[in-house]
Amino acid sequence: MLFSNIILLLLLNDLLLLAAPGITWLIRLTAFQGILLGSLLFDMEHALLAGAVLGIKGILLPLLLARTYKHIGKREKTHHLNLGVAVVMGMLGLIFSLWLEHNLPLMPDIFPVLLLPAAITTLFCGLILVVGRATALSQVIGYLVAENGIFLLGTPLMAAGAIWFELALLLDIFVAVFVMGIAIGHIGEKFDSIDTARFRSLRD
Amino acid sequence: MKEYFWLIQFLFSIVLAPLLPGIISRVKAIFAGRHGKPLLQGYFDLWRLMRKGEILCQGWPFVLAPAIVAASSILALAFLPLGGQTSPLGFAGDFIFAAYLLGMGRFALMLGALATGSAFEGMGASREAAFSALAEPALFLAFLIFSSFCIDMGHFSTADTGSAFSLNSMLKGQLVLAWHYGKAPLFIAPIVLFILLLAENCRIPVDDPTTHLELTMIHEVMILDQSGPNLAFMQYGASLKLWFFASLLASLTIPPMDFLPATLLWLGQIAVIGVLVGLVESLMARLRLVRVPHLLGMASALAALALILTQVS
Amino acid sequence: MEIYIASISIMLAAIPVLGVWAIADSLLAPKKSRYRMANICGAGLAAIACLVGFAGAVCGPWDFSIKAEHAHFAWGLPFGSLTLAIDPLSRLFLLPIYGLGLVCALSGAAALKHENAREHNLAAHWFFYNLLLLGMALVACAADGVLFLLAWEIMSLAPFFLIDFNDRDSKVRDAAWVYLTAAHLGAIFLMAFFIGLWQLTGQTGLDPAITANALKDVSPRTCSLLFILALVGFGAKAGLFPMHVWLPDAHPAAPSHVSALLSGAMINMGLYGVIRSTGLLAGPAGTAPGILGLIPGWWGWLVLVIGLCTALIGIIKALGQGNLKRLLAYSSVENMGLMFIGLGCGLIGISSGDAWIALLGFAGALLHMLNHAGFKGLLFLCAGEVLHSAGTLRLELLGGLQARMPLTGILFAIGAAAIACLPPLSGFTGEFALFMALANGASATGVEKQLGLLLSLGLLALVSGLACALYVKAYGMAFLGKPRSGFAQNAHCPPFNGVWPLLLPAAACIAGGLLAPQFFHMAAATAMQAAPLPGQLLGECLTSAAAIEPAFIYISIGGIGLTGLVVVVWLLRKACLRWRIVLNRETWGCGYQASSARIQYSEGSFSEPLARIFGPVMGLTLRGEPVRGIFPGLASLGLSAPDRIRNHVFTPLFEGIEKVCNACKIIQHGKIHLYIVYILVTVVGLLVWGLK
Repeated sequence: MLFSNIILLLLLNDLLLLAAPGITWLIRLTAFQGILLGSLLFDMEHALLAGAVLGIKGILLPLLLARTYKHIGKREKTHHLNLGVAVVMGMLGLIFSLWLEHNLPLMPDIFPVLLLPAAITTLFCGLILVVGRATALSQVIGYLVAENGIFLLGTPLMAAGAIWFELALLLDIFVAVFVMGIAIGHIGEKFDSIDTARFRSLRD
Repeated sequence: MKEYFWLIQFLFSIVLAPLLPGIISRVKAIFAGRHGKPLLQGYFDLWRLMRKGEILCQGWPFVLAPAIVAASSILALAFLPLGGQTSPLGFAGDFIFAAYLLGMGRFALMLGALATGSAFEGMGASREAAFSALAEPALFLAFLIFSSFCIDMGHFSTADTGSAFSLNSMLKGQLVLAWHYGKAPLFIAPIVLFILLLAENCRIPVDDPTTHLELTMIHEVMILDQSGPNLAFMQYGASLKLWFFASLLASLTIPPMDFLPATLLWLGQIAVIGVLVGLVESLMARLRLVRVPHLLGMASALAALALILTQVS
Repeated sequence: MEIYIASISIMLAAIPVLGVWAIADSLLAPKKSRYRMANICGAGLAAIACLVGFAGAVCGPWDFSIKAEHAHFAWGLPFGSLTLAIDPLSRLFLLPIYGLGLVCALSGAAALKHENAREHNLAAHWFFYNLLLLGMALVACAADGVLFLLAWEIMSLAPFFLIDFNDRDSKVRDAAWVYLTAAHLGAIFLMAFFIGLWQLTGQTGLDPAITANALKDVSPRTCSLLFILALVGFGAKAGLFPMHVWLPDAHPAAPSHVSALLSGAMINMGLYGVIRSTGLLAGPAGTAPGILGLIPGWWGWLVLVIGLCTALIGIIKALGQGNLKRLLAYSSVENMGLMFIGLGCGLIGISSGDAWIALLGFAGALLHMLNHAGFKGLLFLCAGEVLHSAGTLRLELLGGLQARMPLTGILFAIGAAAIACLPPLSGFTGEFALFMALANGASATGVEKQLGLLLSLGLLALVSGLACALYVKAYGMAFLGKPRSGFAQNAHCPPFNGVWPLLLPAAACIAGGLLAPQFFHMAAATAMQAAPLPGQLLGECLTSAAAIEPAFIYISIGGIGLTGLVVVVWLLRKACLRWRIVLNRETWGCGYQASSARIQYSEGSFSEPLARIFGPVMGLTLRGEPVRGIFPGLASLGLSAPDRIRNHVFTPLFEGIEKVCNACKIIQHGKIHLYIVYILVTVVGLLVWGLK
């Protein structure tokens, strides 16, 4: 029961991410997604990893993103894809992933009900965010969401020994986002805008 | 015997409907620290209006619209299973008929507004047309969630597929069942229906029922020129429509039980929904008009999501 | 059978008479009395033929077990045969043809009475009108491929001359040419379809049992190809997306009684053709699974998706139109989309073995076709009256016509409420059947099928919501409020002897709602006879029909109940107002005294909120200056809905073809001696090729 509710909330969270108008909401929703992931792992009895995911994805990364956003402190146009279109694309992604689940030759009983569609949908939503949003910060969030999807895909395959591996991966992502956050902060300081369309003018 | 029970509840609805807006405005008043108007103000207003004369604008739609609005709301309510009792009028697909009856009322209302030739009322009609068109898919998808839940539960053999499409079997305390079967997605449906309640009855995030003549109004501005008994019919029809949606929500959580507790539970829930609407109205600001389609689109998307997930799990 | 032959013979007799008359008219000097005579004779002959045919189509039992009646005649051609057959499907499609043919002839005669005898050749007009009726009746009855194609050509050609009635207007001429091109492009696909069928089955007859049996050994791929050919060819006539471009041009250009007939009866023949051809390819109802075992699932999905696209695009484009008849034409596109949604549902139901979906899909499409003929005919004829008395159809110049032409206004309101699918009128029943078909998607097998059907229902709900908005706009802007210009101000009330034919389709709109069970029974019986249902599904269909029929009884009772309640509330109001004062006043302008009619919401501003939402997706463009600043200056708003498909697909395509053709023109230079060289080269070439 708890498990399916978390999956449901994850899917809802995905759609809300696509519909979120501003970066503040995006950051809150990613934090919520991290918390959901943590509780999902908790439900699957990976307590240690759950704590780490909750700490890093639920608290640390969102705080970092929020700090960077505050540091930049500019409001600009955040998306070039219409939000409604993005939500419809997300729904299509969900339907596609449901279809995929039915047609993929998988070993039975690996994936609990709806986990695979939820993971693939999360991945899609992350990619839609990357494509549809304009600022560098929201693109980082998009990558993060996509990574959460991949992480979800991995959860049922996780044997006891793989936890250290996963933890190391988490650390990597943490460092990556950290570096990106700092870089974006610096870009925001040096230039007026973090609109990625304008990054083109930086090329040689 | 069952029909009598339903009839008693139907009479309750007809009589108590004007109370619901009273509850909402009382909640708002308490929140604003005012004393507020009496709970029965709705009845006083109706009584006062019924004894007045009328000032008419041109055109038969203007004169006839209030009667159509009131009649279609009454009839739509008659298809609803009220507190736990099945409606004797229910048939396969009555949810479509009820929705279109409300649509007929809205059609007459908009034509009545356009008949006056007023810029304000034209504006109201234009917005009502747009928003109600966008609310339609959400309403139907929400109903479909319940009908496909019925089909899923296997209550119906293929021979009488039809009965899964009756409001009577769709609204049978489904949420209690859903809790029992672990169907989490079904819990999205009440959220969608609540958004629809706010949108269709021109409540706060969509429309503000308390002020007149601002450029933002939808429902109030369409009945601007109405007066006397016709205005009374309009207001009565609107409160019946509110009651329709509130009762729709309430009947989701009334499991089969005896008449008396079911009726009390039903009335209690409607009162709670009234309080909830009052809370929303007190705590939220009205959305900008360009945002309203986003809200309605979100409602449709939520309903579609719930529908997808009920199909799968 | 005899009665149809009688009606067809009346038309056959009328046509040469009118033809000779038309030639005589064009040779002799124009004369008012002869013009009047031609009008009365032409319309009268058409009306009598229609009356006879209509009586034949209505009378008699409707049952799915009725077999087709055949009639053979001598025929001079070396192939094909002159065979007519009447089965429930033909009868159902003959109803709008004859019914609307009658109403439009009566109304047209009244409308054309006052035209200028010098400008128009009325005998010719009625000649082509009869020819169109003949063509449509023959298409519905033809039981032979060659005869069908011939009738189809007659039916496609005659409207060209009817649309071109006001041939002094270049726009009308353009519209007629666009129509002709579209009709012929569609006909090419149909020829390919029928020739393919002929080659594969070895005969030209259109008996599903024989063709399906002969097609048993043909690969499914070939059959699917034939289906696509039929869908494109018939879809062009029905105005399916993206081949709908001719429709919104042709219907406004034609005289109103012609557009009513085209929109209410002729485009239905596209639907008729597709239903017939699925029967031809998959076998008749009740037999064992035909050639393909079962119909491939994707046929149904293809039709459903095309139907949804057509409906959505039609309704959104209609919302952007400012011309009443153009709006109605786009609305016809939308309604054809609804019918094809039903057809798609029916095919999906057959391929997935779900009797409920199959039956209600087909029955919904047929029921909506019948209803649509009623209200769309009514609306076009009302628009004709508006044009006649106000002199314009631009909604921004109209308004307040309800006070000036009350009867027409009431009739238009009935039609508008019916087409917006509101109970207690007729439009609701067809849409109800479609909704019920889609709603049962939850019990289909396979999650993608379930979701496809259920989410289509959401889109259908959106379309019907938009249709309601559209017809509030159409009726509200043209008939309600105050006149927006001198056109509307000076509109005169049309005399009753011109308007009374419109009472017939209005009565059909009301009857369609109140007699819902009877109409549904008719449509369901026809569906079970015409749809390619496998034997065991047919039995389940009967159960499903029995299960859904009570719903239609409830609908008609509910409709009567609604009317009764309105009357009760109305009487209550009367009782309340008995001793009170009732005054008539202008609208309250918040104390603003210098109000004028120009201050009203206009059609552009009415559609603006919806246009802002759907504009980018559907190619509606909003132009004008928004209100700026604290003391705003001039501001304006306009809404236009250019057809993207036409402007960005078909126009470049035909321009490209024109360029190629122009390039080929260098061989056509007018020098005779070189032409002789061409002949010589051809002869020599052929000789070499033949002897090789």
